Formats: sequence, C-alpha cells, structure tokens
Amino acid sequence: MALSKIATNDKHGENSPYFDGWKAYDSNPFHPTKNTQGVIQMGLAENQLCFDLIEEWIRNNPKASICTAEGVNWFKYIANFQDYHGLPEFRNAVANFMSKVRGGRVRFDPDRILMSGGATGANELIMFCLADAGDAFLVPSPYYPAFVRDLCWRTRVQLIPVECHSVNNFMITREALEEAYKKAKDDNINVKGLIITNPSNPLGTTMDRETLRSIVGFINEKNIHLVCDEIYAATVFSAPCFVSVSEVMHEIEHCKSDLIHIIYSLSKDLGLPGFRVGIVYSYNDGVVNSGRKMSSFGLVSSQTQHFLAAMLSDENFVERFLAESSRRLAARHSQFTKGLEKVNVTCLPSNAGLFCWMNLRNLLKEKTFEGEMMLWRLIINEVKLNVSPGSAFGCSEPGWYRVCFANMDDETVDVALKRIRAFVGKETAKPVELKRWKSNLRLSFSSRRFDENVMSPHSPMPHSPLTTLLIFSHSFPTYSNQKSPPKLEICETQTHGVSPVIGLKGCPLYPSIPAFTYDETHFPRTSEMKNKEQLTELRDNLKTSTLLSRRSTTVHVTYKDTESGRIKSRTSMGGHYNSVHQEPEFGPFKEIRIDDDNSWTNLYNMGTLKLQSFIYRYESMGP
Amino acid sequence: MTQTRKPAPKPEAQNPSFSTSGMKLIVPLQGVVQGRGGLLLGTLVPCALFYFLQLYLKRRRSSDATCATPPSEPALPRTSSRSNLSARAGSISRVRISRLASQISRPDDSLYYVGLDRVSIDPFHALHNPHGVIQLGLSDNKLCFDLIGEWFARSLEGSVVSTSLSINGIAPYQTFDGMMELKMALSDFMHQVMGESVKFDPSNMVLTAGATPAIEILSFCLADHGNAFLVPTPYYPGFDRDVRWRPGVDLIPVHCRSADNFNLNITALEQAYSQARKRGVKVRGILISNPSNPVGNIMTQDMLYSLLDFAEEKNIHIIADEVFAGSTYGSEKFVSIAEILDSDYIDKSRVHIIYGLSKDLSLAGFRVGVIYSFNDSVLAAAKKLSRFSSISAPTQRLVTSMLSDKRFIREYFETNRKRIRQVHDEFVDCLSKLGIKCAKSSAGMFCWADMSGLIRPYSEKGEIELWEKFLSVAKINITPGSSCHCIEPGWFRICFTTITLEEIPLVIERIRRVVESCKSSS
Repeated sequence: MALSKIATNDKHGENSPYFDGWKAYDSNPFHPTKNTQGVIQMGLAENQLCFDLIEEWIRNNPKASICTAEGVNWFKYIANFQDYHGLPEFRNAVANFMSKVRGGRVRFDPDRILMSGGATGANELIMFCLADAGDAFLVPSPYYPAFVRDLCWRTRVQLIPVECHSVNNFMITREALEEAYKKAKDDNINVKGLIITNPSNPLGTTMDRETLRSIVGFINEKNIHLVCDEIYAATVFSAPCFVSVSEVMHEIEHCKSDLIHIIYSLSKDLGLPGFRVGIVYSYNDGVVNSGRKMSSFGLVSSQTQHFLAAMLSDENFVERFLAESSRRLAARHSQFTKGLEKVNVTCLPSNAGLFCWMNLRNLLKEKTFEGEMMLWRLIINEVKLNVSPGSAFGCSEPGWYRVCFANMDDETVDVALKRIRAFVGKETAKPVELKRWKSNLRLSFSSRRFDENVMSPHSPMPHSPLTTLLIFSHSFPTYSNQKSPPKLEICETQTHGVSPVIGLKGCPLYPSIPAFTYDETHFPRTSEMKNKEQLTELRDNLKTSTLLSRRSTTVHVTYKDTESGRIKSRTSMGGHYNSVHQEPEFGPFKEIRIDDDNSWTNLYNMGTLKLQSFIYRYESMGP
Repeated sequence: MTQTRKPAPKPEAQNPSFSTSGMKLIVPLQGVVQGRGGLLLGTLVPCALFYFLQLYLKRRRSSDATCATPPSEPALPRTSSRSNLSARAGSISRVRISRLASQISRPDDSLYYVGLDRVSIDPFHALHNPHGVIQLGLSDNKLCFDLIGEWFARSLEGSVVSTSLSINGIAPYQTFDGMMELKMALSDFMHQVMGESVKFDPSNMVLTAGATPAIEILSFCLADHGNAFLVPTPYYPGFDRDVRWRPGVDLIPVHCRSADNFNLNITALEQAYSQARKRGVKVRGILISNPSNPVGNIMTQDMLYSLLDFAEEKNIHIIADEVFAGSTYGSEKFVSIAEILDSDYIDKSRVHIIYGLSKDLSLAGFRVGVIYSFNDSVLAAAKKLSRFSSISAPTQRLVTSMLSDKRFIREYFETNRKRIRQVHDEFVDCLSKLGIKCAKSSAGMFCWADMSGLIRPYSEKGEIELWEKFLSVAKINITPGSSCHCIEPGWFRICFTTITLEEIPLVIERIRRVVESCKSSS
C-alpha cells in the first residue's frame, strides 16, 4: 500500500552526512568506563553546562511542578488546559525572558507569542504561515542542516542558499543577497523571504548592527519576509553583545514591521530541549492569528508551561542563570579553542553558540568536498569524534567542521582534545606526544559527572515508576538501588613505577592494560594515591559529596598487599564505617564505610593504595 | 514536488479546499453573463475582469513601491479574497502570507472556533461571572479531577524523599517519538481501557503532543496533497483542521442519517468512494472516530469487519480515532479495531489507531497522543515527523508514573464511567422533558441532540440562527451540526462533562428559555 511522498522522500535529511555521524555515535557511543574507545558526540548542540542551576531551582521551588501538596491546587487548572493561546503567565514570562536576554533593550508583547513544539516546530510553523508550496526562502550558507527538514519537508517550500565566504568571516553581504535573489527571480522562483540565524549556527558568531540593518533594508526593499532564528541569543559569552533584529527594526525608518518574525526556543539558551518549547514571535497580525491556531499541532504541555512560567518569573534566578551560563560557556569555549591552538588548529573567531567552526583546510588531501568527506570519515572512524562536516551545512568552501562542546563534561572535552591533537600531530607528521596524565591530582567535587544521560541523549534512563519531576538529586554512582552488587573480574595486573596499578579494561589512560571488566562502574580513572594527604583530601571530598547528595557514595579501592604481593580490592560506601574485609583474592566486594578516620588509616596502612574509581572530579595537571 | 491531483478548472481555484471566496466572486458573474451570451462570454468576461483587476493592483502596488517612503503603518494581512485574486503577482505586489495562513486567520473560519472564542471572552463562573457563557462545546471531562488531584497529592508527596529523578532525565534531548517507559505504560493502559481483550505492542507506537498532531502526522504519511480521506459524517470539527490545513488532504463526507441513528452504511461509503473517483480524486483512506464524536455511538464488530473488507477491496488505509475508548457508559461494549485484527488473515498494515489521554484520563493539558500502527513504514516516517510535536519530557515522566499505578487507573475508570453515566442520564432526561430527543449513544462526553423542531427555516441557516441564539441569549456554547458536516440540519453536540451534576438545572433552564422563545414565535 502506497504511502505519501512526504513519508517516502528523504527530505527528513537523515541520509545526509550530518546524520551519518549521529548513526556512528549511536552505534558506538563513548562512555568513560564502558566504552572508552567509543565515538564522542560533538554533533549535538546541547547546553548541559548549567543543569545544576536549574536542578537547584527546582529543588527550592517544589510548588512549580504541581506535584506537591501545595502545587496540587493548581492541578485542576492545569490538567485540562488545552487552549492554544497558552497560559497567560507562561506567555508573559517568556516575553520577559526574551526581553531580558536582549539586555532589556526591547520589549515583547505576550499576545504575539505563539507556542510550538520546539524550534523545529516553530520554524515549520512560520513557513506554513508565510509561504506556499513551491515558494522559496533565501538562507545564508553555511546554515543549520536540519533547516531542510524543518522548513521544507512538509511545507514543500524550497531553500535558496546565499553564499558566504571565509574571506570576510562568512559575513552576509548585500551583494550576495542581491545575487541570490536575482538568480531566483531569473529562474522564475517566487522568493517569499529570507531566514537568518543570529547568533549563527554553525558559525557561533553574532551579527553586527550594520549587517542587520542592511538585511532589514534588503527585505524591505524587496518586500519579502525576514525570519530571524534567535534561539542561541543567550549563549553569547563575550563581546560584542547580541543585537536582535527587534532592536534594529525600530531604528530603521519606515521598516515594514509585518515582514519580521522571530523564532525562539528554550532548548539552547536554558538547555532544556527535552521540554520542547518553541516560540514564534511575529509582528504580523495575520501570522499571529493563523499561527496561533496552528499551535495546536505542537502545544507545550500545560504542566511544563506552568513550571516554566514560575521559573522564568524568578528574576533573580534568571539573572544569575544568564550570567553563570555565559561565564561557563566562555570557559568551555576557551578550554576547547586553546586546546586546538596547541596543534595549530584554528576556529573561526566566535562569541556565541555551543560550538566552534573549526578550520581543517590544511589537513585536506585535496581541497574539494570529497576531500572534506574523506577527512570527515577519518575523524569519525579513527579519531572517533562525531563532528559535522561543512558540506552538511551547505558551506561553499571545503574544510570546515562544526564541533559542539557544551554537551559534555570537562573530562570528555579533554579526551576529545587529546584525540584531535594526536590525530593532527600524526597527520602533520609532527608527532604530538600523548602524555600520560600525571598522578598529582587535584580533586574537586562535581555533581553530575558521568551521569548516563549526559553521555547519550538517546538511551532511555532507568526509572522507577514513581519518580517524579520534583525530585532531583545528584546522580552519584551508587549501588544502593541496584539489584545485585557489581561484578568484578580480574584479567591481568601489571606494575607501573613504584606502586601497583590496576587499570580498567579499556581505560584511556592505560589502554594497554586490560584489567577489570566492570559491569556498573561509572568512572574509569585510575590514579595513584601516593601519600596520606591525598587520601585525606579524597576522604573530605567524599564526605562533602555524601553530605550534599544525602546519599551514599561508593569508592572502589584496589591495592597491592606489599607483603603477599597480592592485589586486593575494596568497595567503600559513604556513610558509616562498617568493616574491612580482606579477601585473599578478588572475592566478592564487601562494604566498608569511610567516614571515620580509622578506616582511612587502615586502608592507607595496608599498602600502597590504588583508587580505581571515584566519585569526585579529577583534574589532571598534565600533559 | 509534483501533485497528483488534476489541474483545477479555474486559475483562482488552485486549491480546492481553500478556494471558496474566489469561487463566490466568479460564479455570480458567470450566472449573469451566461444568461445572454452563453459559455464563451461566461468564461471570457470574468477572465478579462480578473486580468484588469490584477493589472490595476499591480500598478497601484508598484507606485507604492517606487514611492520612497510609504506610510510606516504596516499593511494589514490580506483578506482571503484579495489574496486569491492577486495570486502569483510577482515581486512587485505586496508580499503576502501563505494562502493557508490567510485562510485560517479569518476570524469566522468555523463556528466551532467562534464559539470557543466567545467563551474565552466571557467565561461562566458560578461566583464571579454567573451570567457568562457556559462551555458545552468542548469535550472536556471535568468530572474526575478530584481523583487525579488526589493521586498527585498522594503519590508524589511520598516520593519526594524516597525516589530520585535526575535533571538529566528530562532536560536534554529525548527520543522524539516518546520515551520507552511511557510507551510501555501506555500499552498496558490501552490494554486495560480497551477491555483487556487485546494487547498493544509498545514498539508499534509513536507518541505525539496530543491526538491532534497524531492525526496530522498520519495524514502527512498516508496521503499526498490533494488526495482525500472518506469520513463518515457528522464528524469531529477538528478533523478539518488536522487533515485539511497543512497536509492539504481533502475530506469527503460519507453521510450518515438519523434514520440509522447515524451509523455508517457501507453502501453510502461505496457511493462516496466511486463519486470521488469519478471526480478524479484519489482516495487514500477512511477516517473514523469510534466511539463516534459527536454522536457517541459505537461501531459494531460486524461493521468493523465490513469496513476492513471495504478498505481491503479498495486498497486504502483505515485511521481509527479511538480517543473515547475508555469513556463508555452504555450497555454496548466497545470493540477496538485492534481486537478484530488479531486474526491472521487480515492485512494489518493498513490500520492505524489514534489514541490519547486527553479524553479518557481528562489530561488534555498534558498533550499525550498516540499513533498505533501496524505498518512499519508508517511508523518509521511518523517517528521522524514526531520531531515537530513531541511531548515535553517532565510531563512524560509524570504521566508514566501515573499510568503505572494500575490500581488507581482501575478505580479511576470505574468512577469515571459511573459519573459520566450519571450526568448523561440526568442531562438527556432533562432534555427530553423539554421535548429534545438525543441520538442513542453509549460513549463519549456529549449528546447529539435533535432540535430540528426548533429551527426555522429547516436549513443550515436556521440551525446557525438557533446556535447564535443559544450563544447570545442563553449564553451556552454548543456545537452546531453544520460544524460537524451533518447533512441533516438542526442537530447539536452538547458536551455535558464540562459541568457538574448540580449545574445541570442551570443549563437546562437556559436551554428552556430558548426552546420556549422558539415555540412562542412559531
């Protein structure tokens, strides 16, 4: 039985290289312990750097989630609220938030806010409102690859790229716009508008006021619509600050405001793509009226609306969040770009976004898109990083790659950087030593490291039926809620330097030592505890984390008994000291608890300790 | 993209479903001219007029454009008729929004929406606004909020301390077609709702943000722009939105009549099908709602078999909207189409079921819809399309918890059915005392009331006048049969679950006033 063309054509874009990389990641995802040789996902523009702030807010505001005694009164109002206008408080809160993100320089009218299912749905909705099948939209390249899916698939609108070049840092010029427009006219294509992303995806740059003015001038002159996708507005982390089209349009005389439409979302700026909130803000009454009715196809659940309304109305929180988020993004951006600079890999200078536009032209065997794809396959298959090749973004020059850096923790960034450095070193025949991480550790507490879901957006999370939105807790690795104790199995031991070292199987630090296969562990790092001070520090950290999480934490200790020469191991639980079992060999783990100094002393005195996996953050000083 | 449908007869009527205003303009001209000059003039004159009009518009626009500083007041959106006239006028004319958008941005697009809007302007409230409009036009179930509220209070408070949910489980990107846990909970739930006689496989599910996008996605999957589905009338007014608007799929009514208690009749189905074929329209499927919205009757097992035979013979799809499956109150047992597919010799791949929690669990605000299909290609496509309308993750978690509480669900359904029956019986009884009979029904949250005796003239016009009277004088919003494409005038859908048992006398009193004014004026 035949299906529709939409169901059978490949406008969904999942056959493009951009999604190929995803498939590579999906079939072999990196995991710090379970799959240390896996592919690291750097093709997903997700902002995970500030989850802890949101988590904290939720914990402090249980009412917002409607699932408390206090919140239940809201329930009647929320449960069957299906008005496509959206909750008034939600629209107000979003309008204020949008204004705040733009530095308070513009105000937004809540009555012009349309809801949609994520920016994906919002982009599609605006296309349905503005263009008929067969009409075209101009889009400056490189552009977000899924635009083809979002803007064209079901609407049957076509995209006409406006070529931008690296000579002027991919700025959009009036000439390029005119040229693309003229060409479309010559081909007898009805151009309905121009869509831009500002801050740009994939470039990570913001548009300056002059460029925006010239674009607004252009669309006014041609009398076509302008859709500004501003979903990365709050990811701007350094100067120049973000200028929204909503500011510029007011500065231009006789600007036809009904030509201008803004797309917004909370997926990037707040890092909440799971909430599926997309916004269309249009200055055109016809679009507001018709788009509002189309909201029915992507309504945000009223529970989520209610929750976000409360969160975004908390001015203190929003201010703190925006400041902290941009600070962390700046730090991550500099960590990543500095790391690349060490091997002379440059990125387009950028001040926003969750990604870099990395220039690998020097590594191309041939300066063509085939060359780019060849290099890309190498990166996917050998370097094991899922980056996105420029051709997927319709870039006019080969050799550019988009690399996302905000969907992982610092350690994974380090692994990725190390892989890139090793690869680039090999490629440029300037071998870069893959240095071993030093054992002088600095320990710092991290709340969310290695949570399963941080690593893989697609793996369903184990979840008991009664878990609820309200309850967030640190995701410490713990065996307290697991059915069976972890299995441990020794493969081989070797001695490194002074103290015995037990590596984990596949550990990135000591890949040559297959030692333990470890079913449930979360942490791969093997490091040496050389003295009692380090051990004390570890203990303090564990105490802090135990205290903070109000949950037990686990540490696995493996050591070599210097007398017998045997390798011994321990599992410790945060909490109270229980007992120290000395198994002759690698018997079943027993619990010991480590809040008491004696247990630590005991452990320390037993021999040179080797901590195999721990709960605290680990920052290496090297290489 | 090519379109399979035949070229439309007139240039203005490019899109059959949105051309009404263009037609209205041309047709009277044709009538005038044809009387004297015959067919040639009949087509020539309107074409010439159209040409001149375009020329005029073009000129006016271009002078506007050359004028360096047009007034800063932005042009208002075109009305639909104008946008149709200036179709494809090129860059010189003022830019338009899309045809679809100009069509649906008109405020009077459908009386169904007009009614909803009127309620939102002046909603009834027992204390704050006792003279406001009472909403009886939305099949919302408010009868069991107390149960759900209690569940939240009970189940979630305790779990605050005992369980954990990491933000990592809700904030990042999730699978767009719904979390596996929720699908599993839903498959159990549907099993329970549909009489525990049929199992649902979670891997055959795609979850969407409500049943509305579920229907839209299926329409996108099963039919091309310009194709059609057969729909037994009267049908749920939202189908026009879900199927016609963006997928551009036409709905061909298969008229059911009061004589059959609005049950579907295979002969009528055959007729509608062959007529569509004669017009060159490609029919890709049948869209049914079972239990029926707005009538509230249930399809018999035999009817489902005949429907399957029909679909098999014509090689078309069946979309069964079963969102009211759990809201039965009559003696008749609801049979899901999934149940009769259990036998081996039926080709399951043509059957697609729509389900959701908006009606049966009265969680309309939570936007949980299900596409349940036996067709792998449809599932694959629907999964990709579900990106445009996924369910928010925290809500998914919440609903999963709720559905997993089997005991609660069982109790809820018992109580819910009992309460719906109570309100239904009382309401229908009161209506009949006013001389208003309702179609026989056994499911849903509404009754399908026959007020043909009250309308004058006996036509759609009379029906709309009566509807207006209900809205303005009696201040109740009900759904006129014409919005449901009912072929017989004078029928209305009245939802009774938006009010409580205690509020029935008030509503009946308001209806009585209208009934009496109708009778006295006759």
